[in-house]
Amino acid sequence: MSDETNAGPKHTIAVLVDNEPGVLARVVGLFSGRGYNIDSLTVAEVDARRDRSRINIVTSGNEMIIDQIRAQLERLVPVFNVVDLTEDGPSVERELALIKVVATGENRIEALRVADIFRARAVDSTMGSFVFEVTGDSGKVNAFIDLMEPLGLAEVSRTGVVAIARGADAM
Amino acid sequence: MSGTAQDSDQNETTETLSGAEILIRALTDQGVDVIFGYPGGAVLPIYDALFAQNNIRHVLVRQEGGAVHAAEGYARSTGKPGVVLVTSGPGATNAVTGLTDAMMDSIPIVCLTGQVASHLIGNDAFQEADTIGITRPCTKHNYLVKDTDEMGRIVHEAFYVATQGRPGPVVIDLPKDICVNQGVYEMPDLDNLQHKTYRPPTTGKESQIAEAVALMAGAKRPIFYTGGGLINSGPEACAKLRELVKLTGYPITSTLMGLGAFPASDDQFVGMLGMHGTYEANNAMHDCDVMICLGARFDDRITGRLDAFSPGSTKIHVDVDPSSINKNISVDLGIVGDVGQVIEQMLAGWNKAGHQPDQAAAKDWWTTIQRWRSRDCLAFEQGKDVIKPQHAIQRLYELTKDRDTYITTEVGQHQMWAAQFYKFEEPNRWMTSGGLGTMGYGLPAAVGVQIAHPESLVVDISGEASFMMNIQEIATAVQYRLPLKVFILNNRWMGMVRQWQELLHGSRYAETYSEALPDFVKLAECFGATGMVMEDPASLDDDIRKMLDIDGLVIADVRVAKEENCFPMVPSGAAHNEMIMAGNKAAESPKVTDDGMALV
Ligand SMILES: Cc1ncc(C[n+]2csc(CCOP(=O)(O)OP(=O)(O)O)c2C)c(N)n1
Ligand SMILES: [Mg+2]
Repeated sequence: MSDETNAGPKHTIAVLVDNEPGVLARVVGLFSGRGYNIDSLTVAEVDARRDRSRINIVTSGNEMIIDQIRAQLERLVPVFNVVDLTEDGPSVERELALIKVVATGENRIEALRVADIFRARAVDSTMGSFVFEVTGDSGKVNAFIDLMEPLGLAEVSRTGVVAIARGADAM
Repeated sequence: MSGTAQDSDQNETTETLSGAEILIRALTDQGVDVIFGYPGGAVLPIYDALFAQNNIRHVLVRQEGGAVHAAEGYARSTGKPGVVLVTSGPGATNAVTGLTDAMMDSIPIVCLTGQVASHLIGNDAFQEADTIGITRPCTKHNYLVKDTDEMGRIVHEAFYVATQGRPGPVVIDLPKDICVNQGVYEMPDLDNLQHKTYRPPTTGKESQIAEAVALMAGAKRPIFYTGGGLINSGPEACAKLRELVKLTGYPITSTLMGLGAFPASDDQFVGMLGMHGTYEANNAMHDCDVMICLGARFDDRITGRLDAFSPGSTKIHVDVDPSSINKNISVDLGIVGDVGQVIEQMLAGWNKAGHQPDQAAAKDWWTTIQRWRSRDCLAFEQGKDVIKPQHAIQRLYELTKDRDTYITTEVGQHQMWAAQFYKFEEPNRWMTSGGLGTMGYGLPAAVGVQIAHPESLVVDISGEASFMMNIQEIATAVQYRLPLKVFILNNRWMGMVRQWQELLHGSRYAETYSEALPDFVKLAECFGATGMVMEDPASLDDDIRKMLDIDGLVIADVRVAKEENCFPMVPSGAAHNEMIMAGNKAAESPKVTDDGMALV
């Protein structure tokens, strides 16, 4: 991927698609084929009755590239609608992470204390380990992971960003 | 896709048929009259259904790549979508180059590919290929039919997607069981089709039109830069373009893809622009103050060095595809819409505002352009001994211009000379592989053109190397008694590559000599066609006339000057006003930078 593509701020883009087979491959193929970044990508059906899925993509690039990404996405036949949540006003972003920490003694207690501050829940525990569930924007999840690192961080599983615009308007 | 007449009697519109029969029925309902194809195991049920009817003619090519190019030739010369039928596995993979070609040049194609039976998909079955996966990036859209009841809807949707908005190729992958099984076919109301998600743009925003028209009216050094979008928009769009260009009196240039949208013989036409464009067109692009880009896409063959591209101009860009706007070049005013409709809006806007072009400015601008023109950038010297390739095309033009002629080309120098020296007065007469630059395009494309226009003169301007790439299609032309004329500018080199080696790689001619060429006359004869050699400049006219008089396929081996270069040339990475001209000494030519060397 070219440096030029990487330059520029992060954008969260929401794509509403017809839930047909291969639609995700089309979106991902577009990004890889044209050299755009994918920092994170989430996809799930959001409207079973109308067969619609939503893809949230975090990408980065200068203004020209972000405009291109948007136009290229809109060009895909099964795409209903594309919204650049970063560009089009305030939005809420959330990520969920499951984080395994292997620790005993003082580190184990410290891990629990930090989890408490982050409102992370222990969803599994053994004598030597925890699995924490933490929710928040990506910055919060990153901060939590950083703090767990010296305490025995063993494994991380993250959903990637889901996002939605604030206010009454719907996509 | 919806649009079936809701209140009509179900029994009148619904029928139970096999998948293959539904396919043929839907194609017939779409008005398809010809399919270019090649059979195989996976498509046997479809061939059976074809066999049982008389509405659709099947043209048997000799390689599936030829089928797609033939369909492209058909589509480009008629404005109707071209239809292809190939078998699974190798049939489908052979079609990939043609699909990519159609994608790059925005040509409407519906390509039907056979597939192994549904239950075998993913099993590495005999002649299985992941056609959907392979063709995803080289089609506008593709479909795998999973249910025979869906066949009719998908076929109609595929035609809609292929032809609406920016056209392109669409693949329908057809598992064999789906073609054999029985299903229901319902004829949709084709005039009122609406796609679930896809909304092709139509008219431009009125406020933007007003802005564009005001910019145009205020221009001192304007230029129209037009492209293949006009051809795709249709003959009416080209007629409107003529009106607009006449109304304003402004100069107009065209991309390779757009030739014929505006008459080349008209005095306002300054020739093709870009890498092998005219001195006047490229300089006018560089020095203009308002650029009106209609249905073209600022491709790298057009712009040359991006940061030196028309630095002082205000740019208006009209395109049906929003992703073409601001892709390579930032424009000041991007208008999304069908170029024909937008031009109509511009005409109305111009007239309504009572605009008049600035006569004094126009006079100065045309004086400058005439100065560039007087440089006579396409000049060449035709001696007594050997035919110059430019001369061959000029004579071909003079001797065919009053006929009903269609020209296809292969890729290389001959293609650029054809673009420079053959003057197209109408749209849909010029078929060339622009975006992908596919050698081997011209012969099968000519087959498709001739099938669509049996009474017309169809000439493939070819190079001896390109001709070898799809030479098998001669048999197709012979089988259907297509009186094509293959006019090979035989310079015994992969001339365009040799030219780059000469100019950029110290004349180290690695692997570009056309060694071991066949005797083209004997080759023609062994296929049952007529072969000719043309080598004497003095008898060239007579030879061409003779070729035209032969009622059948002719392969003309035109022996031309071997080391002629195609000029003017904007070398890779150079600006429009840094052209290499014929007769330049090497030292006077612009130097190609290292960055430029890395460009194709
Ligand atoms: C399928 C394909 N392979 C390679 C090329 C690269 N290429 C561009 S022009 C050219 C030479 C064409 O030679 P010829 O057909 O003799 O035409 P000329 O340039 O001599 O007129 C080649 C190899 C191409 N365009 N297409
Ligand atoms: Mg050659």
